[in-house]
Amino acid sequence: MSRKTTLTSRAEEIYAESDGTPYAPHTESQVDEMLSAIGADSVEELFDIPESIRYDGEFDIESASEQETRQQLTETLSKNETPTEFLGRGYYAHYVPSIVDHISQRSEFITSYTQYQPEVTQGFLQVLFEYQSLLAELTGLEIANCSMYDAATALGEAATLAARLRQTSGSRVLVPDYLRAERRSVLENYVDGADMTVSEFATDDGVTTVEEIERAIDDDVVMVHLETPTPDGIIEENLAEIGSLLEDRDTLFCLGSDPVALSVLQSPGEVGADIVVGDASVLGLPAAYGMGLGLFACREEFLRQVPGRLVGVSEDSDGTRSYTLTLQTREQHIRRERATSNICTNQAWVALRTAIHAAYLGPSGLVALAEECHRLPEQLATRLDEIDGVTAPIRDRHHFREFQARLEPDARDVAEELNENGFAIHALDADTIQICVTDANADAVDDLVRSVEEVMA
Amino acid sequence: MQHHTQTIWNDSESEGNEPLLSEKRLETVEIEDTGLPDDLTRDSLELPELSEPELARHYTRLSQMNYGIDSGPYPLGSCTMKYNPKFTEDIAALPTASAHPDRDADSVQGILEVYHELQGYLAEIGGMDAVTLQPPAGAAGEYAGLLVTKAYHEENGEGEQRTDVIIPASAHGTNFASAALVGYNVIELPEDDDGRVDLDALDAAVDDSTAALMLTNPNTLGLFERDIEEIASLIHDAGGLLYYDGANLNALLGRGRPGDMGFDIMHYNVHKTFATPHGGGGPGAGPIGVSEELERFLPDPHVRESGDGDGYELATPEKTVGKVHGAKGNWLVLLKAHAYISRLGYEGLQDASAKAVLNANYLASQIDLEIPFEPFHHEFVASGGEQDAADFAKRMLDYGVHPPTTKWPGIVSEALMTEPTEAESKTTLDQLAEAFNAVTGEDDDALEQAPDQTSVKRIDQTIAARDPILSWHGLDD
Repeated sequence: MSRKTTLTSRAEEIYAESDGTPYAPHTESQVDEMLSAIGADSVEELFDIPESIRYDGEFDIESASEQETRQQLTETLSKNETPTEFLGRGYYAHYVPSIVDHISQRSEFITSYTQYQPEVTQGFLQVLFEYQSLLAELTGLEIANCSMYDAATALGEAATLAARLRQTSGSRVLVPDYLRAERRSVLENYVDGADMTVSEFATDDGVTTVEEIERAIDDDVVMVHLETPTPDGIIEENLAEIGSLLEDRDTLFCLGSDPVALSVLQSPGEVGADIVVGDASVLGLPAAYGMGLGLFACREEFLRQVPGRLVGVSEDSDGTRSYTLTLQTREQHIRRERATSNICTNQAWVALRTAIHAAYLGPSGLVALAEECHRLPEQLATRLDEIDGVTAPIRDRHHFREFQARLEPDARDVAEELNENGFAIHALDADTIQICVTDANADAVDDLVRSVEEVMA
Repeated sequence: MQHHTQTIWNDSESEGNEPLLSEKRLETVEIEDTGLPDDLTRDSLELPELSEPELARHYTRLSQMNYGIDSGPYPLGSCTMKYNPKFTEDIAALPTASAHPDRDADSVQGILEVYHELQGYLAEIGGMDAVTLQPPAGAAGEYAGLLVTKAYHEENGEGEQRTDVIIPASAHGTNFASAALVGYNVIELPEDDDGRVDLDALDAAVDDSTAALMLTNPNTLGLFERDIEEIASLIHDAGGLLYYDGANLNALLGRGRPGDMGFDIMHYNVHKTFATPHGGGGPGAGPIGVSEELERFLPDPHVRESGDGDGYELATPEKTVGKVHGAKGNWLVLLKAHAYISRLGYEGLQDASAKAVLNANYLASQIDLEIPFEPFHHEFVASGGEQDAADFAKRMLDYGVHPPTTKWPGIVSEALMTEPTEAESKTTLDQLAEAFNAVTGEDDDALEQAPDQTSVKRIDQTIAARDPILSWHGLDD
């Protein structure tokens, strides 16, 4: 006990002699004034922690100046290789215009909290309302929330919404064979808590057909999930037929997509989708090692079941139009264990960035970008197909951003050699590679083609 | 107190302060000749079409109608609105920090080194044996921790039997919702008269169906749960696990560690304790720490040193619960947290807690309201008494400060949960106290009509909820 007492006073000693945190503005004399106002002799006296569990050590973490910290982390991050990425499979990069960084870094936005006092957070609320409106237009659904964490957790939330709506019998979620294993793992955790399971349906040459859904579905299925484009880069072709089949069966139709693809593809609302999920950070965020922005939109009839925050329109006492978080009785801080989700902290700042990027592009810019995302992979596939030993694309389908190619020598070896030449691509198995091309890396396509020619020669 | 107001330019007539983008210029683009079959494309897309200068004005104007930490004090209890150091943003913006999540571990050794170091820092700060950085928010950390709890009991053959998670009434709402998401029954625990866990009630609630107790310490009243060792014994003797909600960790840095108190699992809110910006609601990150015997259940993948000791790899823990995020969590947020922790070091971190606790105690000593429970640490809960706490908060806005968290926890009537953090100076705390005391002296009328110094006056919540308009499409008529 005495040892600990000594060490406690060591903490006190350090506190007295160190400069401490640079992010507290206190002068020594102010500390003394404050202590005397409180009626305490020392700051340590204010801690009501029993001696037996007081921490008596020091963390082995050295403090450093801002300059040193920046240097250290810059040096650490320089250990990353910097290949030109032709990677996709659900995570996409587009050129992010400078205005996104500059506006989103404004202190008033980035240092604010959730808008629980709407009278002093009208600015962020309006941005989030505009973000919801953007998604409503793109999805053709009436309601979009102001973010989930990422595409995978948005899919999990869709499944729990389906569970809440289900009639007594349903207990399965159907997913396509192309669903990324990581997303499926997240989904399985969400559905497990709702006593449901996940099962898989087969696709036919890269797309989902009505026949495959009919084969896999039964009365036990509460939700069917599809993605367009698929992680293999293929645009689904039978959505309207699948939508009407699911509507007849009263099964929820959850479609995965993203804001760029949705700028030209069929409106999910029109093909009968009940929920749209996906990663909205394809606009606004550069590749961030998988950090994203969960898109979640759904039909108006599920209003009371929506997870996450919603911004709505109201009026102030002068009748001025204003914005506020609304329908909060769905949320955890009010409804607790009966809430529609446990989400509290979300990805609002990424939504701000996405909204700015989309506004910068406008409808004509979005459509032009989406058209480019269709044209670029088809052009690149055609060029690669001319190389001996390369078949590209593997499937005669409509591609978006990416495509798969079959290689005669081992695909993994080819990917490794390309990596040595400064190009990162997916090697899926011994025969198959996948290449993603957008506005972000289009300028490196000629170099990539040359490199593939060399490697295959 | 001083108020500065400035005329803000408005470029068109609108019902609101700043027109919606859709009210400025909406354009319909017909979708044709895309190279895709017509039946796979939409007919048209109708969205705002504005130039960059117009957008810069729009968003700047909106930012001027938003209050952040850099605008003024933000003493939201349990939210830890501390200053967000600017240099961390520059580190997160380095081109070398940008990478696709499917990159080979070999080619992102810098990222994995940051992960590994941050795991180590957090383990040491919390007194835990292993840490995962995957959960993207505090609630996701709770969820991951409870998945670990479930996997642990299942491995012991007690998965069916242990159905209950015990949570004090004053806990964060996410605790209850996370337990429900994992499929647990929630048993709510009343507080004792002194505002802490009621040991008799806990004793009665704990049995062989207990999966875990979730506890915030200091609790939401700012009180340290002094009986934590006895609580830990009660739970452990019954075969349950003890979960630490890290929302209030800013009170304890360098003085108390959840691992030393007997907690088996904890989450960290890096957007609270480690100063990453709240960003208007997120992103945050909610890493979890666990004891050694729970390490094998952590989410997939886990960053560890490679076998040859020369670098880092992504490994799948032996009995992993799977994934709680599609990739590896909110990487850029984690990077900012690493920068903050390595800037402050032990000395800075322990000082942050010292100043946070000093500030809360000093502010409390300067305000006239009753504070029923003490000794509190980094936050206190004052009672509005006869005054409505929500109205009280609205009136505080007129004094140019952000108000505290209101009407929670329920044990204090008209609760004003106040957490000034270490970032406020004595001068600012005095101004904040002045605002508290001015409002305390005002009548109900003044409170009900507040605020009137803000960009909009009191907003009617019932209009928004009665007939929800959730996009500009709903404003057409």
